[in-house]
Amino acid sequence: MNCSDTIFAVSSGSGMAGIAVIRLSGQKAATLLKLTAGVLPSPRFAAVRQLRDPLTKEIIDQALVLWMPGPNTVTGEDIAEFHVHGSLAVVEALFSLFLKQDGVRLAEAGEFTRRAFINDRMDLVEVEGLGDLLHARTEAQRRMALHHMLGDASSIYESWRGELIGILARLEAAIDFIDEAGVAEAALVDVKSRTVDLVARLNKAAAESDRAGTLRSGVKVVFAGAPNVGKSSLLNLVAAREAAIVSSRPGTTRDVIEVSIVLGGVPVILTDTAGLRDDSEDEIEAIGMARAKSEMAGADILVWLDSADREATDLPVALPALRVLNKMDLATPNSIHVRNNLADDDVLPISVKTGEGIAAFLSVLEKCVSARFGGLEHAIVIRTRQKSAVEESIRHLNDSLTFKADQIEFATECVRKASHALARVTGRVDVEDLLGKIFSDFCIGK
Amino acid sequence: MNRKFDVIVIGGGHAGVEAAAASARLGAKTALVTHQFATIGEMSCNPAIGGLGKGHLVREIDALDGLMGRVADKAGIQFRLLNRSKGPAVRGPRAQADRKLYRQHMQAAIGNQKNLSVVEAAVCGFIIERGRVAGVTTEAGGELRAGAVVLTTGTFLSGLIHIGEKKIPAGRAGEPPAEGISQQLRSTGINLGRLKTGTPARLDGRTINWGQLEEQKGDMVPAPFSFMTTEITTPQVSCFITQTTEKTHKVISDNIHRSPLYSGQIEGTGPRYCPSIEDKIHRFNDKSSHQIFLEPEGLDDPTVYPNGISTSLPEDVQEQFIRTIPGLENVKIIRPGYAIEYDYVDPRELLHSLEVKALPGLFLAGQINGTTGYEEAAAQGLIAGLNAARSVAGEDTVSFDRAEGYLGVMIDDLVLRGVTEPYRMFTSRAEYRLSLRADNADQRLTPKGISLGLVGSERAALFAAQMSVLDQARELLQRLNLTSAAAAKLGLRVNQDGQKRTAFDFIAMPEIGFERVGEIWPELAGLPEFAKEALYAESLYSGYSARQTADVIALRREDQIRLPSDIDYAGLPSLSMEIRQKLARVQPRTLGQAARIEGMTPAALASLLGYVKRQSQRKSS
Repeated sequence: MNCSDTIFAVSSGSGMAGIAVIRLSGQKAATLLKLTAGVLPSPRFAAVRQLRDPLTKEIIDQALVLWMPGPNTVTGEDIAEFHVHGSLAVVEALFSLFLKQDGVRLAEAGEFTRRAFINDRMDLVEVEGLGDLLHARTEAQRRMALHHMLGDASSIYESWRGELIGILARLEAAIDFIDEAGVAEAALVDVKSRTVDLVARLNKAAAESDRAGTLRSGVKVVFAGAPNVGKSSLLNLVAAREAAIVSSRPGTTRDVIEVSIVLGGVPVILTDTAGLRDDSEDEIEAIGMARAKSEMAGADILVWLDSADREATDLPVALPALRVLNKMDLATPNSIHVRNNLADDDVLPISVKTGEGIAAFLSVLEKCVSARFGGLEHAIVIRTRQKSAVEESIRHLNDSLTFKADQIEFATECVRKASHALARVTGRVDVEDLLGKIFSDFCIGK
Repeated sequence: MNRKFDVIVIGGGHAGVEAAAASARLGAKTALVTHQFATIGEMSCNPAIGGLGKGHLVREIDALDGLMGRVADKAGIQFRLLNRSKGPAVRGPRAQADRKLYRQHMQAAIGNQKNLSVVEAAVCGFIIERGRVAGVTTEAGGELRAGAVVLTTGTFLSGLIHIGEKKIPAGRAGEPPAEGISQQLRSTGINLGRLKTGTPARLDGRTINWGQLEEQKGDMVPAPFSFMTTEITTPQVSCFITQTTEKTHKVISDNIHRSPLYSGQIEGTGPRYCPSIEDKIHRFNDKSSHQIFLEPEGLDDPTVYPNGISTSLPEDVQEQFIRTIPGLENVKIIRPGYAIEYDYVDPRELLHSLEVKALPGLFLAGQINGTTGYEEAAAQGLIAGLNAARSVAGEDTVSFDRAEGYLGVMIDDLVLRGVTEPYRMFTSRAEYRLSLRADNADQRLTPKGISLGLVGSERAALFAAQMSVLDQARELLQRLNLTSAAAAKLGLRVNQDGQKRTAFDFIAMPEIGFERVGEIWPELAGLPEFAKEALYAESLYSGYSARQTADVIALRREDQIRLPSDIDYAGLPSLSMEIRQKLARVQPRTLGQAARIEGMTPAALASLLGYVKRQSQRKSS
């Protein structure tokens, strides 16, 4: 990959559409714009131009063009944009024109972003946020991704880094400037409380990270219960399509089936599992049941189904679950199973067949999801990479608090390690940062 | 006067003397060229050696058989071990020195050094033959030829002193500057810059009212710099402490427009950690007082160095503000303070050997490389002298890395990152601070010094003897042990975990220590003090040394990945313009060096490595 090339791509996605946006980035953006559209438009103003083949002078299309000179552009380079009519033929015609120029080529996947990163237009957290935004399927995902892409999360990482520099500068000052009047004493005054405070902030962010990760990948809702209580039917009804084969035969579902839906803006993965019973001798069904149990253990929300025409079953493992009583259409009001079951207020009576109670079930499920995964739009630590760095940093900061005043070099070593760990997300803390901080905070120099 | 040497060292300051002595120790026929023999070993600024980071450097110079530590021990009139209450890794030895004694002992050491002659002359330029420095020309019209030249000009390169509105071309108070050399360096394409430093007025101690001032005594038992020194015999004196008053601040504020720092007369950048008093008052205007240490310049010299009021204000303002300071009401000023601007060479022009990349055969050391401080200068001098002598002998140059010592940290910083202000050593610059201690400088460096031929037989013998004592003591400490129950019976507070702990473990435990251990095992009580100190530190930091060892292995692995010298960084893909420019400027020789350039990112490093690998595959296929 050569970074001095000018690159281009259809930025508006593939397939036929009314308008296609072609973006060019690099040194030759201006040349190509002039070549096809004539005089350069004013920077950052849209202009309507006829695009012509420079040799034959034949019109290719009438288009909106934009000229955005670097470095204050998204890639940090010169950028030209052509908003052409979205036909394959127009796009092809322009592409073949561009490709005739030396040092101009099609962009590789993610190359615009990579250039933005290389030219310091975006930091790593922002790049990751952009990736998430492009993949966002739901409102909550979009908000969280935007929070990262627009640099709000980065500015919080940056504030942590700034605080670490502050703490470390204090400790280093107390070591290196011991012969300066009053510096060491003043430097150490609030180091412990600042460290405790930073640890609390990091802890809070790290605590959100598992839930935020779930929000990125989807909340796992697992339907489980005895065979033939209607798990697959409920899943199909909720997902509004026939994802799982349903039949009245117990044990129809032998494997795990997953369907994605959006509930209250949150991506939810509905998971159907094989019914659990004790007396199966079918080897394949047994494997299915083992998988069902492991799915249950990995569930974010577990829905346990019973059937109104039968004795209620107990959860095979002690897990919190949303309990549902299906097949209310088969139940007689005085049926003992129903009375026993519904004695517990938390059990939701439904009938997949008649649709009874389904709306209520969905609303309870949605409340469950948002109670646990809502409000995470501003989560800071959302990736494993970020989480492990933050947790390592917390560990070292906590270690630093265990040392006494005469062991300051140990405490400092711990804070140095904490800053190395956090640097994996936020960038390095340089000794010049520390010295700069010391010299601006204290009057040094006998 | 036309003579031929192996190595010529220009300058008789702290860098020059170490360079000349190191070169001569290696057996090179060496000339130290200086304006006058009598100023060799002059302390131009404060009369003190050592401190945090700086004291570490002195110990390292000493471990390589350099002069500074031994001379400072003979000239020291007040020793203090800084950070005594903290751990040994951050303790820094420091001493006030008698300037005359320091000069005398340094001159004696130079005079006694075999293979070394002193030439009194002013150098005006280099002889360059086939792109290599082959000697120097003197103002008297002579030529001195040599295989390598070490240039240590201090503040003399186009030096310009400022006192208020007055500007005096000078290298130091009363001595002419060196002109011409800068021009010749520039003409070979070497990048020079301008820095600034300052010094306070010198006071007549006989006119100070000492009675009212706070006394600061030295340590009861002085800790010498040199591993060779057994006892400090020079008489010890006190310093005194006073402070600026609101009246002082008013005088200075009222006259701030007459300071060349604020009138724009000074172009060079000064050090942030050694600001002038006008700077301190201006930048920290909420502080109503600044401390001043009154340091004696000698036992039989009434001159007093007021540490903390460096200034370039006009002489009349200096007198006016100094007399507002308690104790100095009637003081007589011997010599006014001043600021001095001087040329320095961007140290990124240098290799780790301190040889100039663009001018082989020329080595630079000291303030010319953008550093400040006697100790920083001396450490570079030693490395430059060592490498000058080796290059003349046709041997590879050597360097010390960041894990070997503070001198390695300093040179690595300078060469890879350049300077924006005069560079001073701090312990915070050393990432392996817990293992780079003053107490183990000899263990870290003397063996390498011996193998390079840099360490004389006397020190080598002492080192061997000390190491044998240390090894035996360590072995003994690790052999003697107690179970946790036995330890408890003896009143030692340890976890009752059934574990055995060795005497080595006990010596660094809080509330136990060497003395208590010596009571339990009498055979340990008689260990010499140096061994106790070294083993205590080893034990104290043993938990950290394993991790640091892993870090050091990673550091050295990156430093073994060599980068070709012909990389065209400008055409290198996938790096930002800023990083490409920095790489082109520094021309790192290894991946590790590239990693340590300021602003380098892991992503940039990964693509640099990828590029180099692809290039080498292309070449080999």
